[in-house]
Amino acid sequence: MKKLLPIAVSLAALTAMNVSAGTLEDVQKRGVLKCGVSTGLAGFATPNDAGKWEGLDVDLCRAVAAAALGDAEKVEYVPLTSKVRFEVLKSGEIDVLSRVTTWTFTRDNSLGLNFAGVNYYDGQGFMVPKALGVTSAKELDGASICIQTGTTTELNAAEYFKLNGMTYEPVPVETSSEGRANYIAGRCDVYTTDASALAAQRSVFEDPTAHVVLPEIISKEPLGPVVRHGDDQWFDIVKWSHNAMLVAEELGIDSKNLDERGANANDPAAQGLLGTNTSKLGEMLGLDKKWAYNIIKQVGNYSESFERNVGKDTALKLDRGLNALWTNGGIQYAPPIK
Amino acid sequence: MSTETKKYPVGMHPALPPPSGSVGPVRWMRDNLFSSVSNTVLTFLGLYIIYLVVPPFIEWAFIDSVVLGAESRKECLKIMGEDRGACWSFVYHRWGQFVYGFYPMEERWRVDVSFVLTALTIAIVLVEKLRAIKAVLIAAILFPVISFFLITGGSFGLAEVPTNKWGGILLTFIVGLTGIFVSLPIAIVLALSRISKLPIFSFFATIFIEFIRGVPLITLLFIASTLLSYFLPPGSNFDLLLRVLIMVTIFSAAYIAEVIRGGLAAIPTGQYEAADALGLSYWQSMRLIILPQALKISIPGIVGSFIGLFKDTTLVVIIGLLDPLGIGMAAIATTDWAGLSTELYVFIGVFFFIFCFGMSRYSLHLEKKLNTGHKQ
Repeated sequence: MKKLLPIAVSLAALTAMNVSAGTLEDVQKRGVLKCGVSTGLAGFATPNDAGKWEGLDVDLCRAVAAAALGDAEKVEYVPLTSKVRFEVLKSGEIDVLSRVTTWTFTRDNSLGLNFAGVNYYDGQGFMVPKALGVTSAKELDGASICIQTGTTTELNAAEYFKLNGMTYEPVPVETSSEGRANYIAGRCDVYTTDASALAAQRSVFEDPTAHVVLPEIISKEPLGPVVRHGDDQWFDIVKWSHNAMLVAEELGIDSKNLDERGANANDPAAQGLLGTNTSKLGEMLGLDKKWAYNIIKQVGNYSESFERNVGKDTALKLDRGLNALWTNGGIQYAPPIK
Repeated sequence: MSTETKKYPVGMHPALPPPSGSVGPVRWMRDNLFSSVSNTVLTFLGLYIIYLVVPPFIEWAFIDSVVLGAESRKECLKIMGEDRGACWSFVYHRWGQFVYGFYPMEERWRVDVSFVLTALTIAIVLVEKLRAIKAVLIAAILFPVISFFLITGGSFGLAEVPTNKWGGILLTFIVGLTGIFVSLPIAIVLALSRISKLPIFSFFATIFIEFIRGVPLITLLFIASTLLSYFLPPGSNFDLLLRVLIMVTIFSAAYIAEVIRGGLAAIPTGQYEAADALGLSYWQSMRLIILPQALKISIPGIVGSFIGLFKDTTLVVIIGLLDPLGIGMAAIATTDWAGLSTELYVFIGVFFFIFCFGMSRYSLHLEKKLNTGHKQ
């Protein structure tokens, strides 16, 4: 009986923790947002030479910090491998996970987590050396494939090969740099991961033209920020921090013209978003009136963030594609902020 | 007939130099490299392999390499042109991160001072002559305390630097050295408990050691990083690095305890009985007779564990602490430096080799010094 006591105590602590909500209060009391990011993925989260984190996922962390704390710099980045990310989020070590995490039914419903939107629509592709002479993923029967463990890519590849009656030999890798090293060294014939990451990897090869990304995109990979169950207010804050960036782009508000737009009394949509009229949008989230103003001022709108991190002028050279606004033929669509 | 042969009495002739070919490098080579046909073949094969590996490596690592003047791998390649060598520029550009992690730039002098203090402490602990002076010994105890306050900050007017900013070599040293110096005393106590005649001590020590040794270090680190916060009251903020330090220390203590137990078992029963016969108390006999001998026997095993522990510190990258390897992985994930994995692994390999080799040489030196002549 005595031996059961510690277990009972820990279970009680466990339930107590799940009941205790108030992530926003915790963050504000701490004065810093703890954000789980990738250990290093070009364009999404990498530390630069000066030790400052940069990337599309990092910008989302900064947006949430700007909304909740008024300062985009008040973020503590916690680099996480794909294996431990959900455990670390669930244990309360971080407040939000922004780490190229694919939104799936299973993850949403069995892990006690909520996906707060999609900050990048991706899909899984295959890259092969041109010398192999392969032009379609259907010709990959018997190939050895470098796959990052603990990710949806693992499952997708298994399903795709099974469906098409092909076999493959997985070469499990831990990180994207390990995957690239193995692929370059010829330890696998094929490298598979999200198409954005393939583009990133290919751009840094000595001879990018010697490798081709096959036309088949075998999966839907909506990547987005994740929070714990049980704190709807925090869920809303993360969700609307992302939406605010999209709506700002849609309204044509960016980090340079926002003061001008906010002062224009004939522009109620912009004024509502920027908190310069009498609307109480920030209050409804439990935040400052200037929550969206701070995001756009310090981080920028979605387009600014996209172009700065993964867009045309970066080494990744990614098209907006699916990630264009719905008005431009993409599927990035935010509910109105009214 | 002018040549004079000097006459010596029988048996008094001074020793003549040995015939050439039976001493010196020639003899050594004949004995060690060309003593038989198969050895000769192997010698030439070895030379050929060295020829294949070493000159290209030197060319790659030193002659064709680029350190300064390149801001990215592309610029490196441009500078190198046709002769592809190593691009050490990323180590140069990220040197600060490799050494300090994300420790704030203007506070890094504190880490430098701590490095110097730590080096002094280690010198004092290792060099016997220094240890004999009392003031120096007190300094050796004080230095780690000073380093602790310097690195953590938050007192004496120093700005606090949270542990999540620590990284790189600083982190390796903190985890490695804390593990090494704290685990040894714990290990001695554990080993003595395990062979203790009091069942309660031996029971708990055995359970502890077997449990820790039965679990991989990476599991303990996972427990530290994720599971532990489930067991702690909500809202309590138990520093991640501290948790890791505790786990690494108990892990290493359990292993070293078994090494020391091996040393204790090698001491003949006569030594125990002699200590008893002299009327020494348990602690006296341990301190004066048993442990000095047992620890001496255990040196190679203990140092082996230390070296293993020092290298195991790279595992912390899995739970999101950025040691030099983690820093390097993050560096080569950027678009500027992507594709430099060979350089990274060579650099990290050299770093670990220097320290592990140093430890192993010191252990040899210690064995020789403490050798009291049981050698045949």
